[in-house]
Amino acid sequence: MVSALPPFQALLDRHAGEVLGVLRAAVGGVDADDCFQETFVAALRAYPKLDHGENLRGWLMTIAHRKAIDHHRAKGRRPIPVEEVGEMAVEAPKPDSGIWERVGALPPKQRAAVTLRYACDLPHAEIAAALDCSPEAARRSLHEGIKRLRKELA
Amino acid sequence: MNEAQLKERLVEGAASAGLLDVAYTTADSPFGPLLLAATRRGVVRIGMPTQDDDALLEELAARISPRVLEAPARLDEARRELDLYFEGRLRDFDIPLDWRLSRDFRRRALRAVARIPYGETRSYAQVAKRAGNERAVRAAGSACGSNPIPIVVPCHRVLRTGGALGGYGGGPAMKEALLRLEGALET
Repeated sequence: MVSALPPFQALLDRHAGEVLGVLRAAVGGVDADDCFQETFVAALRAYPKLDHGENLRGWLMTIAHRKAIDHHRAKGRRPIPVEEVGEMAVEAPKPDSGIWERVGALPPKQRAAVTLRYACDLPHAEIAAALDCSPEAARRSLHEGIKRLRKELA
Repeated sequence: MNEAQLKERLVEGAASAGLLDVAYTTADSPFGPLLLAATRRGVVRIGMPTQDDDALLEELAARISPRVLEAPARLDEARRELDLYFEGRLRDFDIPLDWRLSRDFRRRALRAVARIPYGETRSYAQVAKRAGNERAVRAAGSACGSNPIPIVVPCHRVLRTGGALGGYGGGPAMKEALLRLEGALET
C-alpha cells in the first residue's frame, strides 16, 4: 500500500528547521528567509499532485536547493556595484571559521553539491536531478568541492 | 526571522495564494481542547477532547486536501462563538458551515438536527422523519454518531425515544452537561 500524504503542517513542523539550516548555509541568513518562503509555497502548490508520501524530506530538500540555485542565478544577473574592489574577495577564510562558511564560499555548483550531499543527505542521482546535470557531473562537483575544503582545512 | 515567524509568514502567504485548503487550530472548552478545522466555505470539522487530533488531521488531509495548515486567525470567529456558547451567552451559532463530510441521508439527518432549537430535544425517530425516512431510526442514530461538526450541529439534543440520553462522541457526561447548560434537563 502506498503511504498517504500527511497534513502539510506535519511536513512543515518536521522539516522547517533543517530546510532553514540548509538555506542559510547555501544563501546566507538574510536571503534564507525569502528562499524558505519560496520553498514551502512551491511545495504546498505541488503537494496534492504527489502520488505518495514516500521520501518527502528528499523532495523538500530538492525544492529548497532549486530555490537556492535560482536565487544565486538571479543575483548573478544583477551584480551589486561597489566603489572599489576590496581585498576581501581574495582573503582566505579565517582558520577558526565554521565549515559551513567555507562551504558557502565554494563556487555555486560545488557548494550546492556539498550541501545536498552532506546537509540533505541526498544520493548522487538526486543531487544530479536538483542541479539539472548528469550524475557524473554531480559526483565531480562534489569531489572538487570536498578536495577544495580539505586543502583549505589542511 | 526565527522559525516561528517564518512559519507564520508562510501561512499568510499560502492563504493569499489560495493554497490553504484546510485551516485548523485548537480551542479551549470546559471539556478540554477542541480541534477546529475550516475550509474556505466554513467550519468543516470539530474534534472532541476524546479524539486524537493527529488522526483527525490525517483524515482531513485524505478526504479534503493535504494542504492542511495551522492557521488560528481563520478560526477566530468560530472560537469566539463557542466561548460565548459555553458561557451560556449564545444560543444560535452564526458561523458558516461546510457540510461536505456528510452525504445523502446522513447530511439530511444532520441538517434536521441543526434545526432543533436551543434548549429543546428530539428523538432519533423524529430526526429520521424530518430527514425524509421515518423508518431510518438507526441510520439517524449513526448520522448523529458520525456528526463531523458536533456542538454547532447539536447532536447532543437528540435522545432515545422515551428520554434516555443515548450515546455521544464526547462521552455521556459531556452530553448531559451541554443539555444542562441549555436548560433542557430538569434539576
